[in-house]
Amino acid sequence: MSKEPILKIEDLHVAVEGKEILKGLNLTINKGEVHALMGPNGSGKSTLAYVLMGHPKYQVTSGRVWYKGEEILALKPNERAKKGLFLAFQYPTPIPGVTVMNFLRAALKAVQGKEIPAKDFLKLLKEKMKFLEISDQFSNRYINDGFSGGEKKRHEILQMAILEPEMAILDETDSGLDIDALKTVAKGVNRLIGPNLGILLITHYQRMLNYIKPDFVHVLVDGKIVQSGGDKLALKLEELGYDWTVEKTETLSVEK
Amino acid sequence: MAEKEFTDVQDIGKDYKYGFKDPEKHVFKSKRGLTREVVEEISWMKKEPEWMRNFRLRALDIFLKKPMPTWGSPILAEIDFDNIFYYIKPMENQGKSWDDVPEDIKRTYEKLGIPEAERKFLGGVSAQYESEVVYHSLRKDLQAQGVIFLDMDSGLREYPDIVKKYFATVIPAGDNKFSALNSAVWSGGSFIYVPKGVDVKIPLQAYFRINAENMGQFERTLIIADEGSSVHYIEGCTAPVYSTDSLHSAVVELIALKGSKLRYTTIQNWSKNVYNLVTKRGIAHEDATIRWVDGNLGSKLTMKYPSVYMVGKGAYGEVLSIAFAGKGQHQDAGAKMVHVAPGTSSTIVSKSISKDSGRTSYRGLVKVYKGATGVKSNVRCDALLMDEESRSDTYPTMEIDEENVNVGHEATVSKVGEEQLFYLTSRGISEQEATLMIVNGFIEPFTKELPLEYAVELNRLIQLEMEGSVG
Ligand SMILES: Nc1ncnc2c1ncn2[C@@H]1O[C@H](COP(=O)(O)OP(=O)(O)O)[C@@H](O)[C@H]1O
Ligand SMILES: [Mg+2]
Repeated sequence: MSKEPILKIEDLHVAVEGKEILKGLNLTINKGEVHALMGPNGSGKSTLAYVLMGHPKYQVTSGRVWYKGEEILALKPNERAKKGLFLAFQYPTPIPGVTVMNFLRAALKAVQGKEIPAKDFLKLLKEKMKFLEISDQFSNRYINDGFSGGEKKRHEILQMAILEPEMAILDETDSGLDIDALKTVAKGVNRLIGPNLGILLITHYQRMLNYIKPDFVHVLVDGKIVQSGGDKLALKLEELGYDWTVEKTETLSVEK
Repeated sequence: MAEKEFTDVQDIGKDYKYGFKDPEKHVFKSKRGLTREVVEEISWMKKEPEWMRNFRLRALDIFLKKPMPTWGSPILAEIDFDNIFYYIKPMENQGKSWDDVPEDIKRTYEKLGIPEAERKFLGGVSAQYESEVVYHSLRKDLQAQGVIFLDMDSGLREYPDIVKKYFATVIPAGDNKFSALNSAVWSGGSFIYVPKGVDVKIPLQAYFRINAENMGQFERTLIIADEGSSVHYIEGCTAPVYSTDSLHSAVVELIALKGSKLRYTTIQNWSKNVYNLVTKRGIAHEDATIRWVDGNLGSKLTMKYPSVYMVGKGAYGEVLSIAFAGKGQHQDAGAKMVHVAPGTSSTIVSKSISKDSGRTSYRGLVKVYKGATGVKSNVRCDALLMDEESRSDTYPTMEIDEENVNVGHEATVSKVGEEQLFYLTSRGISEQEATLMIVNGFIEPFTKELPLEYAVELNRLIQLEMEGSVG
């Protein structure tokens, strides 16, 4: 099988409020691959996620990003979403007064470019909610308004299940979940994994990777990927902590 | 075309038996400005009883003596009382033709899909809009239950004793300058009496029997819910109402007797030349409930603070309001909750949206009298600013003369959040649609209280406002 990149990031530098966070990041994800991105708090993982989705607050100071061969940094978030890019938020935003149902319907309509009949939509929604073990009344609640940590994360995966993206970035979808919730969420993600989907799985702990098997693991420290490897890398990180990679970069830069 | 309109309207006038078609006196020339003569003329034309005539004249004296309020909006000072018609017979009002209605308003009607006949009424071109079928069958049911539902003028004629007993007992003429003005020159409005224990199941809608007078300048509404009864009254409409009269000053009095439930829902969307200065107040007796649901979209300036005086044990008062202010508009709205009796409780929820340099103010009062123990009151006002130029202020006042109370106040001002927009747009939704979703979500606590057809039209109207395509 020839490898076809779905996402390619080249020497990406990103600043937020004048402060440089990403300092020359390179990463290529091929179709069908699951990449885990690990790293200490504040290393820039969410910044990468936001910038890939087009958050207006994060300025790309240099570098390029291709999605399915097309440069996307000039596109608006909704245009990226329509092309099949998806971000499951680490901290989903509450939107009082807007129900999950209306939101998902509007999102699906936007992404598919056409309205689907109410009946078909309800059927789809019900099926996905059942699979993710979400109760029926959930769809009448307001988006992320008073959701528990677990409900927020399930809701993110529900959106992913309905919108069926081709490239999904999951930002700490595992954090704040108990083991049962983690399994359900992992089940939801695994069901979507296939030859056409690329996944960037951002996580702080190795725990998630017991349920979703990554093809590659990268370690982000201070805005740069300092280590890349197979799924064994995650175990090593768990054992030795991030300091190990930090020391390694320091020696590396000395050697240079 | 306008000719034809005119004849129709005259015929309607006959049906309504307003009595102002006296052949000797048929040239009642409405003059600008307010004098004793004008007030006497109004009362005479309506063939009112002596007491009402005297009431009007006393009110006039009060109006002329009272200074303008010094608080509120600076826009108030623009009102030129000498340049206003204080009484216009519905048919006189109709010299206008459809061509006189501003283009932006016509476009809005079109976008809202409002039927032809209704457009003419809302545009002030025809004198009334009446859904005959609905209204008449409704009336029969109501009559069987002993419910009185009339325009105020007919109410006074047909039920003088009830009117005399309650009229101006909640809002005396001297309450404020504008209630005095209304008391002197009032015309139209609704009169409702619900007998003891009667539960009026469907909302009474002024909309179905509306005419130019009871949507008029100085309407006067009086609603009495007798013991243990319940009623929901709805008036106004979400579509813009074009009016060439620049001053509108209504008085609405609600009386909820022991154990009754009274709810009053209004949406007002006057054209943007109108000063809308309304006094609304209810008295809730023991275990009675009064709820005001109040939406303000149009006008140049609105000053309106629905209030509930809870005078009996266990009474409950509520105001749920939204205000939308666009370019050149000031919505100064709020609520007053006056706790006179123990064990009473109240809720105020006020939502406002300002856009294109529009201004909204929340002005509220919670008053608890000494001896009113165990009072609970909760105030929440949220303002949403659509851009940097728009403005919102809150002026909350608390006068608490009793210690054993539980009063909470919470106020938020927010911009349509960047994070909220990002969240929605990251799912493929356009920025424009996302903004609209956030705004509609913001006012959802209000819309969900409205009958479906109002809610749908309100959302549609907000959409047009957001697109900037409403005049
Ligand atoms: N919106 C923001 N405003 C200001 N600083 C930010 C913002 N987002 C991230 N940062 C800063 O960027 C750095 C990286 O943050 P983040 O990308 O959230 O890290 P991670 O997700 O790896 O924990 C931190 O120092 C954080 O304080
Ligand atoms: Mg993060």
